[in-house]
Amino acid sequence: MTAVETSVHWTTVCPLGRLLPERGVAALVGDVQVAIFRLHDGSVRAVGNVDPFSGAAVISRGIVGDRGGVPTVASPVYKQVFGLLDGRCLDDADVSLPTYPVRIRYGHLDVGLPW
Amino acid sequence: MRELVVIGNGMVGHRLVQALCDRDSTGAWHVTVLGEEARPAYDRVALSSYVDGVSAEDLTLPGLAVDLHLGDPAVAIDRDARRVTTEGGRVLPYDALVLATGSVPFVPPVPGRDLPGCFVYRTLDDLDAIKAAAADAVARPGPGRRSAVVVGGGLLGLEAARALRSLGLSPQVVEIAPRLMPVQVDEGGGALLRRLVESPSGSHAGLAVRCGVSVEGIVRDRDRLVATLSDGVELDADVVVFSAGIRPADALARAAGLVTGERGGVFVDDRCRTSDEHVWAIGEVAALQGRTYGLVAPGYAMAEVVADRLLGGRATMTPAELDMSTRLKMLGVDVASFGDAQATTPGALEVVVNDPVAGTYAKLVISDDARTLLGGVLVGDASRYAALRPLVGSPLPADPVALIAPGGVELGADALPDSAQICSCNAVTKGAIGQAIADGADTVPALKACTRAGTSCGSCVPLLKKLLIDSGVQVSTALCEHFGQSRAELFEIVAGTGIRTFSELVSRFGRGRGCDICKPAVASILASQGAGHVHDGEQAALQDTNDHFLANLQRNGTYSVVPRLAGGEVTPEGLIVIGEVARDFGLYTKITGGQRIDMFGARVEQLPAIWRRLVDAGFESGHAYGKSLRTVKSCVGTTWCRYGVQDSVGLAVALELRYRGLRAPHKLKSGVSGCARECAEARSKDFGIIATEEGWNLYVGGNGGFTPRHAELLASDLDTETLVRYLDRYLMFYVRTADRLQRTAPWIESLEGGLDHLRAVVVEDSLGIGADLEAAMEAHVGSYADEWRGVLEDEEKLSRFVSFVNAPDTPDPLVRTREERGQPVPVALGMPGVGA
Ligand code: SRM
Ligand SMILES: Cc1cc2nc3c(=O)[nH]c(=O)nc-3n(C[C@H](O)[C@H](O)[C@H](O)COP(=O)(O)OP(=O)(O)OC[C@H]3O[C@@H](n4cnc5c(N)ncnc54)[C@H](O)[C@@H]3O)c2cc1C
Ligand code: SF4
Ligand code: FES
Repeated sequence: MTAVETSVHWTTVCPLGRLLPERGVAALVGDVQVAIFRLHDGSVRAVGNVDPFSGAAVISRGIVGDRGGVPTVASPVYKQVFGLLDGRCLDDADVSLPTYPVRIRYGHLDVGLPW
Repeated sequence: MRELVVIGNGMVGHRLVQALCDRDSTGAWHVTVLGEEARPAYDRVALSSYVDGVSAEDLTLPGLAVDLHLGDPAVAIDRDARRVTTEGGRVLPYDALVLATGSVPFVPPVPGRDLPGCFVYRTLDDLDAIKAAAADAVARPGPGRRSAVVVGGGLLGLEAARALRSLGLSPQVVEIAPRLMPVQVDEGGGALLRRLVESPSGSHAGLAVRCGVSVEGIVRDRDRLVATLSDGVELDADVVVFSAGIRPADALARAAGLVTGERGGVFVDDRCRTSDEHVWAIGEVAALQGRTYGLVAPGYAMAEVVADRLLGGRATMTPAELDMSTRLKMLGVDVASFGDAQATTPGALEVVVNDPVAGTYAKLVISDDARTLLGGVLVGDASRYAALRPLVGSPLPADPVALIAPGGVELGADALPDSAQICSCNAVTKGAIGQAIADGADTVPALKACTRAGTSCGSCVPLLKKLLIDSGVQVSTALCEHFGQSRAELFEIVAGTGIRTFSELVSRFGRGRGCDICKPAVASILASQGAGHVHDGEQAALQDTNDHFLANLQRNGTYSVVPRLAGGEVTPEGLIVIGEVARDFGLYTKITGGQRIDMFGARVEQLPAIWRRLVDAGFESGHAYGKSLRTVKSCVGTTWCRYGVQDSVGLAVALELRYRGLRAPHKLKSGVSGCARECAEARSKDFGIIATEEGWNLYVGGNGGFTPRHAELLASDLDTETLVRYLDRYLMFYVRTADRLQRTAPWIESLEGGLDHLRAVVVEDSLGIGADLEAAMEAHVGSYADEWRGVLEDEEKLSRFVSFVNAPDTPDPLVRTREERGQPVPVALGMPGVGA
């Protein structure tokens, strides 16, 4: 973990309570748009908010679910599904969303962006 | 390391370098690329989107790690010394040379073609110049719209005309041939195409077209140009754009003594090798076995072949890769041509179905023995393109007329041979898909993942579905991977068990955590059974983005706002409020096809303030976003119309208020007409009512959309009370038993016994559930509450309407607008890349 901790810059975005289970929120970290999801098991995942297929910043508004047990989000525009663990598009192997590390401290959620 | 020099940094040259870099794991080649244009390679196919606000950066292709010299064209090739010289004086030795110089626009030799104000349409620099000239013209004072002349009515000319229109000019298209798009379509198709692009209505272009004439000369007249046509007509123009065809950029190769094709282009064999074994040519400059190809897909295929050859492979071009089939959805007009569209094969027969009323034209070209499909043209409705194109070269599966007649045979995928290309974007054959199915791919997403079929334009997806069904893969009624039940079965489970959360339903009757298919379906089932506000508790996480923000998502991530205008009625005060809201929030405003007003471009964080104003003025949600009742259109009926026989507006308003908020498997639309003239188009609705002297006729199962259907008569001369009783039963029966996203017409068709069975259930109560259905509807009517008011009165729900959780009022920086006809419209976001 230390390796990760030194290479990213953490920003606190909101209290954990702002995240509804299986629903996303968008956060603006510097000029990067991040989509953050709280999964059914309580874990939190962060990926890029810009949908690569439409160019619109809407991934945080997609429906959360799973495909074969892998947690996913479906883009609300043209419905492509992305894995929330690695950001990969499950409908087009050439496309993926960036992923960002998250951590929870003092009841708040931090998102890590590369320096 | 050997030296590779690539002349030309366009789409195909770029693809070659990309393919080579990807595969050259041992670093066999050092690559130098020469580009005449000063900018890095970009997506020329999407060039026109540049006028819609897509930036040059968005169009730029991914950068490559090679020696790239931009703005420094090659000026000579010394084949004996194997050296290329550039304009800037570079001398580059090569072991292999690739020519990828593309084409240059052909400008017919008319006097005046070099005057300022005359342009070609090929590069970003051309578009910059055109944009500047158009802006100057538009800014010049004087009455009337500024105009443009486009020389050439082919694919590119029409695209250029559309772009000029976006820039605020009125374009006239001048085509020397007797029809538009002479290369792709035939005479009959061209005539219809012309009618469609000239029609000023709707999404169509409203262009002015002149065929069968040429431009004879251009002169300057004060600050404008005048183009004289061969029939003597003079056209004023601020801008003239030549798009009269392209010529291969083969001058350099000619000077170097390479063999060229009869009609231009550098002659290459099926390995893309020129007459010199060290020189290759690809893309539009290459004349493959003597023929040039003006589309990007064949060029990409050539790039792949040369990349393979340079690394010692044995790839060759195959005929399938030279598919010149095109389908374009441009100017809102559907046009497709495939195979031997011009019937040039000796003895070829043509079968034409021309329906000028419906605005469709279809032609099949078949072999002289009427057995084999050779090609075809579709204008106005190209929905059969996906099924027909793969059949080229194969035996006809049915009577040719039936294949293109409206309502004719639907092509089964079984008619196709294994070699037929199902997905032309990604060159996937039926055989390859069959193999993938045999290897266990049993859903469309699985097929997409393992074959790439269906991942680009998507037009082949219906065929993928058919192939799955035909191959005997059990296409079950299961909703999705999380529920083995159908929607109707889940409805019964929820009704019988009283389950009120998705979590409980999925853990007891399904598996996993759901998806974008089952979650909204379950949300709809819960809503139909009185589960309260759609954002209450866990339900909030089930809604798709429209139901989550109670507004319709638009392409740029903003939303549209539609207040209910029951029956299409609106008071002057109401109109003023809508106008003020739209003005104050900067929303684009438009009358919808459903007799109401839509305000577009609202950002998430603006929605509550917008709705506060609307709700205060007495408006409520119009549910334009929901799979629920949309509108009940009306005509003025007895109140105003001389012919009306009943109060159609009164009934429409009453029905809209009765069924508002009813969540259903798909959207529901209705209309009420005051007499048989049917001005409310009631028979194109899920339930339509037409007044008679005696009362009302009730029609069911109509829709517009992709497959229009007229509603059919369910019962006639009903009094209002009976009408409402029948409607309650009909709608609730639909809500309970239809499949997800199944509108009423396909639902009625799927009922065993069809319309007769429905009539028995609704009119004769043959299942004995009439009272039950009526009670369920009564419960819905009694519990209706405006969803937007529900949000505005609940701080917790309101708190979700923020752009960013850590910057709640900061607008999405990607949302930008420009002005069109006096209103704000979105600047297009980055375009998805072109499929290989
Ligand atoms: C706004 C409007 C176009 C307009 O500017 O006039 C419109 C806009 C959309 N229509 Fe429509 N339709 C609109 C009238 C119609 C009509 C005309 C009518 O209702 O009389 C039709 C044909 C009649 C019919 O539905 O049978 C129509 C047939 C469709 C269809 C095809 C349905 C079908 O069964 O084939 C879709 C696609 C779908 O629902 O799956 C669709 C889907 C859509 C969607 C929701 C597409 C989307 O997901 O973004 C569009 C967004 C609406 C929005 O507000 O952002 N729209 N659409 C009209 C809104 C009417 C209203 O006041 O609510
Ligand atoms: C508006 C428009 C819309 C189009 N739409 C479609 C479509 O929908 N579908 C489709 O399949 N095709 C379409 N095309 C055609 C498609 O863009 C071309 O087929 C494709 O770009 C060909 O690629 P290329 O690399 O061969 O040529 P180009 O992309 O033209 O690249 C050639 C490059 O070589 C450079 N060059 C020329 N001579 C020299 C020299 N001596 N030294 C150095 N550099 C040189 C040129 O400046 C140019 O940058 C469209 C074209 C246009 C203009
Ligand atoms: S449908 Fe009949 S009543 Fe209604 S406007 Fe038309 S003619 Fe008049
Ligand atoms: S034809 Fe298959 S994605 Fe375009």
